[in-house]
Amino acid sequence: MAILFRPESEILSDLERLQSYLQQASRFTEPSDIRANPGATFPVLNVGNTPDTVEVMALAPGLDPKSLEITIDKGLLLISGVRKSELTELDQRVSVYANERFSGGFRRVVSLPEDVDPANVQANYANGLLRVTLSRRESSKPRRISVN
Amino acid sequence: MTTEVQNVQNDGKDGASSSTVAHSYARPPVDIAESEAGFTLFADLPGVSKQDLTVRVDGDTLVIEGILTAPTPERMDLIYGEAQFSAYRRQFTLSRELDCSKIEANLKNGVLKLTIPKTEEAKPRRINVALS
Repeated sequence: MAILFRPESEILSDLERLQSYLQQASRFTEPSDIRANPGATFPVLNVGNTPDTVEVMALAPGLDPKSLEITIDKGLLLISGVRKSELTELDQRVSVYANERFSGGFRRVVSLPEDVDPANVQANYANGLLRVTLSRRESSKPRRISVN
Repeated sequence: MTTEVQNVQNDGKDGASSSTVAHSYARPPVDIAESEAGFTLFADLPGVSKQDLTVRVDGDTLVIEGILTAPTPERMDLIYGEAQFSAYRRQFTLSRELDCSKIEANLKNGVLKLTIPKTEEAKPRRINVALS
């Protein structure tokens, strides 16, 4: 009987929470790295291999590139930073109908293969896309050995 | 009645236009707020540049479309892909009090900001009560 008198906003927020749990649970159906935290969904990452590099692409719109922290430590690439919500900068007397975009601190970690050279990394941020290109060590690339 | 705020015209070199390319769409997350002056909408569209963004109003439907272009090296094998879509699309039904001819759109760092003002008649007006 008590449920009849709950204000409508409470019921809707429970449904929203359920929906976000289900969304996060269905996102990772493949086996993922032990460090991949299903709750950390910002920024969205793609990682690819080329013969010479490891390419990491992060969908990270609305960031100030100077506030982004990209570090490599012990074979791990760490991308972290803070994203402020634009809604807080609007007038206080607004009604917010949707607040789906992520805001706050974020931290994503990618484990790197051993042949990546930590001194040879480039990062580029354009149109909200962060691209980190990590080059592999020269000495670890396949070498052909000639037979005399 | 269609009002085009920005246009996607992506003619490929061999004459193919963007409408013949099949895209897998993602729904971009949005923040929407209403004030007395109108609506403000923020949408996350990373990887979309100004020429690949379309914001248009068809009747009372606002449609936001963008094509994701991520420069990738030729011989890349994707080993971990959380993002496997090539375009964004989302639409909203607008109420009649909004003045669609005065929409302002701003795209910066992959974030689209739309400002949709209300028509003058629809803005709240104070009515002064005269004491007699």
